[in-house]
Amino acid sequence: MKIFISQLFDKERLITRLIASAGYSAILFVLLIFYFLISEGLPALGEVSLHSLLGTRWYPIEEYYGLLPLISGSLMVTLGATAIAMPIGIGTAVFIAEVAPRWAREILKPLVEVLGGLPSVVLGLIGFLILSPALRVNLNLATGLTAFTGSLLLAAISIPTIISVAEDALDSVPRSYRDAALALGATEWQTIWRVTLPAARSGVLTAGMLGVGRAIGETMTVMMVTGNAPVLANSLRMLFMPARTMTATIAAEMGEVARGSVHYHVLFLIGIGLFMISLVVNVTASAVVFRQRKRSERILS
Amino acid sequence: MNTSQQRNLIQKAGFGMLSVVALLTVLPIVLVVGYIFYQGLPAISFEFLTGLPREGMRAGGILPAIVGTIYLTIGTAIFSVPLGVAAAIYLSEYAQDNLLTRLIRLAIINLAGIPSVVYGLFGLGLFVLFLNFGTSLLAGSLTLSIMTLPVIISTAEEALRAVPQSFRVVSISLGATRWQTIRRIVLPESLPGIITGVILGLERAAGETAPILFTVAAFFLPRLPDSPFDASMALPYHLFVISTQVPGMPLKLQYGTALVLLCFVLGMNLLATTIRSRARAKRQW
Amino acid sequence: MVKISIEHFHLTYSDGAESLRDITIDIPARAISVFLGPAGGGKSSLLRALNRLNDLADVRSVSGQIRLFGDNGQTIDILDPQTDVVALRRLVSMVFARPVTLPLSIRGNLTYGLEVAGMRQNNLLGEAVERSLQQAALWEEVKDRLDEPAAALSGGQQQRLCLARSLAMQPEVILLDEPTSGLDPISTSKVEASLQEIKNNYTIVLVPHSVQQAARVADHAAFFLQGELIEAAPGPNLFINPTDKRTQDYVEGRFG
Repeated sequence: MKIFISQLFDKERLITRLIASAGYSAILFVLLIFYFLISEGLPALGEVSLHSLLGTRWYPIEEYYGLLPLISGSLMVTLGATAIAMPIGIGTAVFIAEVAPRWAREILKPLVEVLGGLPSVVLGLIGFLILSPALRVNLNLATGLTAFTGSLLLAAISIPTIISVAEDALDSVPRSYRDAALALGATEWQTIWRVTLPAARSGVLTAGMLGVGRAIGETMTVMMVTGNAPVLANSLRMLFMPARTMTATIAAEMGEVARGSVHYHVLFLIGIGLFMISLVVNVTASAVVFRQRKRSERILS
Repeated sequence: MNTSQQRNLIQKAGFGMLSVVALLTVLPIVLVVGYIFYQGLPAISFEFLTGLPREGMRAGGILPAIVGTIYLTIGTAIFSVPLGVAAAIYLSEYAQDNLLTRLIRLAIINLAGIPSVVYGLFGLGLFVLFLNFGTSLLAGSLTLSIMTLPVIISTAEEALRAVPQSFRVVSISLGATRWQTIRRIVLPESLPGIITGVILGLERAAGETAPILFTVAAFFLPRLPDSPFDASMALPYHLFVISTQVPGMPLKLQYGTALVLLCFVLGMNLLATTIRSRARAKRQW
Repeated sequence: MVKISIEHFHLTYSDGAESLRDITIDIPARAISVFLGPAGGGKSSLLRALNRLNDLADVRSVSGQIRLFGDNGQTIDILDPQTDVVALRRLVSMVFARPVTLPLSIRGNLTYGLEVAGMRQNNLLGEAVERSLQQAALWEEVKDRLDEPAAALSGGQQQRLCLARSLAMQPEVILLDEPTSGLDPISTSKVEASLQEIKNNYTIVLVPHSVQQAARVADHAAFFLQGELIEAAPGPNLFINPTDKRTQDYVEGRFG
């Protein structure tokens, strides 16, 4: 048989190289993103003193670059969102994975996927036009554009992430654990709480962390509904007042600043902060997942 | 009441509570989508879909925004699909379990987690300013491509890995090279899954606002872009603008724009789900 | 005439699960050689070493020498890393225990090996399809539906298709790893009949799924136990008159 091996191998080698470089490109992009954030954001540290950056006043027009109001705003909105989203997300994941009959699952899963796909501006619009007026009237607030409004909508945004990761974690608990518990006379309810959920706890934890990551990085929705007042959140009461997050600050102000100005550099500095937060959240979450996989491999072998 | 009855009661109450929680998750979705349809449908007309905005966007159509979003989606696909699928092929078919591969995976996880507004900053720094593409469809498409990449890579990799290993072994035992095996057997078999992942990734790109804020978006540009270096309107940004930045905006137009964006995104979602379930039904392994 | 010569062959898997120790054996050309023994004895590993399919598995180390004497007079050092494995696999083809048809049409399965080797001429491909199906005793059953998906065939037909798929490439050696283990008796006898028919033109190495099958088809037999070659003998000798006690126990059904 006639074989054109040498031509074949040259082509093969070229294709292998191309495919491998596509794989490496992911690393390149992370480095590029990091590089551009650093090169545009780090100068801020030379231009604004650390003391000012840690100040409580954000008013760039008069050169006040205190980041604390923004950081506390992000924290408050995110914590509020997490407090709402975690129980609902995990409860729904348990329901879908353990309790729901097949037909309910077939309805729930695509709907959750739809929620995950809703553009954040659409949620923001609903928040702006419907949710915030409703909150203002019902909670008797001065304005409906508050941190709490943002938390509610961010909860809606992070719930699909929490559900899908937590559901995967629950699904990966071996059938035999459940069977063993049921065989010992536990009810399904007891099995869920005492066997399945504890067995899946690292995955459920990951779900929560990724949900937090999703919430803290969300931009448009919070910008539209939180009222954007950069005030320091120093009491729980502030949850029902306007707030300003790090993401919304970048989005709202970057369009108007001059390239290379102090303000421009500080906005990139905030970007570095967000990048670092997402790095820590995602690397930790993936470490949890990796460890879990290793353990399950050990059990299986 | 004995313990067993008590336990059953607790279980019933617990399951009831969980179903309420699940309802709490999905009911608002149905209400929101339904409400947008209800309020937005009256705004939809031929002029709205094919006309240029007039009177400071308070009248007329949203054609430039629709076209801009379509261009952006196509532009994103052009860059992210070949790169993402190739990266997925690398991870599924070539990569060995070593430090470099773990770094790549870590990078992908990290890319998936970076906030969209940070992508916006990056796009501004690299594409708009450093490479001097200006505020343009090109800069925006590139920014959105990198943001979409992790979604495409991970779903495509999953689809590739679902192809039974035995096909690869048989193909190689018949004298096929690795690439021949991928091109003739693995890729065709995983294509529906890959397409599903690609659409889901593009769906996300089409609905995003923050990454295009400083890279593409024009506040008001009542004409169609005619080159990749043009700035453009886009549906999500337009919706943001008319709902928060323009006083006296008719509600109808806001909901109408939201409806068009929603249909665009949900349509892609529906397409992806249909392809996936069709392929699952047809699959012989 | 010797087709494949195996000398002092060692193989260890990364997890140490299964290994082969110091195997030396000659495989005669144009005859059916049978590797038999209980599971885990290393027969399949040795079989897979012959066309380097072990490259795909988690192998820690191999040593020794395996040489293939090609019909064109060329000698191929199979274990040499420089050896062109793609060309080797076209000379030494494999049929697996489970009939795995590629997700293509019946014709597509048969022409796959030729097409990836660069053959484009439709008339040659068509000839190969008919010839290989005839040899595998499948032609009459499928000649009218060559463009249907191969997955639609029955299990027995699929396995004969896999045999035909190997034959279509006109290799010099065909390796069969328990090819009839999942088949009904009728399909099994069809496969065995095909092997008898083609052995005049091909070197066949078979891991049988039972001692009975081994005894039925073997021109040459080798008994493997826990990674070692216990004894090898021509034809029925190994079954009628084994020299080693362990071989005798195995062929008489006392273990395995």
